[in-house]
Amino acid sequence: MAVIKVGIADSNIAKAPDSICTLGLGSCVGVTLFDDVRKIAGMVHVMLPSTELARTSTYKKAKFADSGVPELVDMLVQAGASRTRLKAKMAGGARMFSFEDSAKSIGLRNIEACKEALRKLGIPLVAEDTGGSHGRTIEAFPDTGVLEVRTVSKPIIRI
Amino acid sequence: MQDFIRDMSDFHLDVLREVSNIGAGNAATALSRLLGKPVDMRVNRVLSLPFNDITEYVGGAENLVATVFSRIEGDIAGNMLFVMGAAEGRALVRDVTGESGESEELSDMAQSVLQEVGNILSGSYLTALSDFTGFDLRTSVPSLCVDMAGAILSFGLMETGKSSDFAILIDGEISPGVEIGNEKVQGATGHIFLLPDPEAFSRIFFALGVHRYGSH
Repeated sequence: MAVIKVGIADSNIAKAPDSICTLGLGSCVGVTLFDDVRKIAGMVHVMLPSTELARTSTYKKAKFADSGVPELVDMLVQAGASRTRLKAKMAGGARMFSFEDSAKSIGLRNIEACKEALRKLGIPLVAEDTGGSHGRTIEAFPDTGVLEVRTVSKPIIRI
Repeated sequence: MQDFIRDMSDFHLDVLREVSNIGAGNAATALSRLLGKPVDMRVNRVLSLPFNDITEYVGGAENLVATVFSRIEGDIAGNMLFVMGAAEGRALVRDVTGESGESEELSDMAQSVLQEVGNILSGSYLTALSDFTGFDLRTSVPSLCVDMAGAILSFGLMETGKSSDFAILIDGEISPGVEIGNEKVQGATGHIFLLPDPEAFSRIFFALGVHRYGSH
């Protein structure tokens, strides 16, 4: 059993019995997609909401919600997952510092953009642990379809 | 495609090291005055790093750190972060207040002490930078967060992320000396990171008259 790590602005997939995780999500959002039949999961560590914010002509798709989530779906389908069976769980999108305007915080914008990307792809969001003002580490288990969320000061939650 | 942050010349990195030298030196002097004892400025590193390596640099994405974050505004924009490990933060609070907090968690009082220390350090760093470059610079009200390094630093990388997958980390490391008997040992170490927004670099080099040098 390996634990596959996903870095900032990166994505990857894992097949059971392996798991897949990303460490220290703050305002970033970790979107996880599961195919429970094939027991495959994919994860993307989204940093910014929209490719419209990119100031360069080429960029890592995984960095932005509107390009990273569709790219992850393609990766999963290529690995044998069924597009119509995919369901999503996500975590992150915190407001880390008090000076950030809560209505316009980058965390909140990331959450909304990930939800919008999922809606466009017709993938149901079945569980989330988002917002707040704390960092999160998440680990997804393709075998059980569980997303584990770990924080510094709260008990582990499984969604 | 060329990534000017990843591909910055050694000459320009050296210029940024000098900027950091002046800023962190000023901050160390300010901390020394506050504590009434010598404070060393130990290391100045300027590194062009992929985002994930930046969190490794401060002990890994899940390492618990106390960070005072200020946003720089004015002639250039960017972020300034005063980052310490949680244990180092407690040691610094002890140094400032003379009280030894027993608890593992940082109390409200300890947090406001750190916030104030971070405020003083950022302010003095920025004053030196302003004198050196002639820039009009100010900071937003600083804000403290104690959490995973990855969660905090990735927030500081947001602006840079729009242009690059790399960031130039300008690190001035400062630490108050602690005397045990006749021996001077290393005290709590803090990092002052300057993370200019991508547009700021050319302005810094222009202000210092070195924008034509060391280019590719």
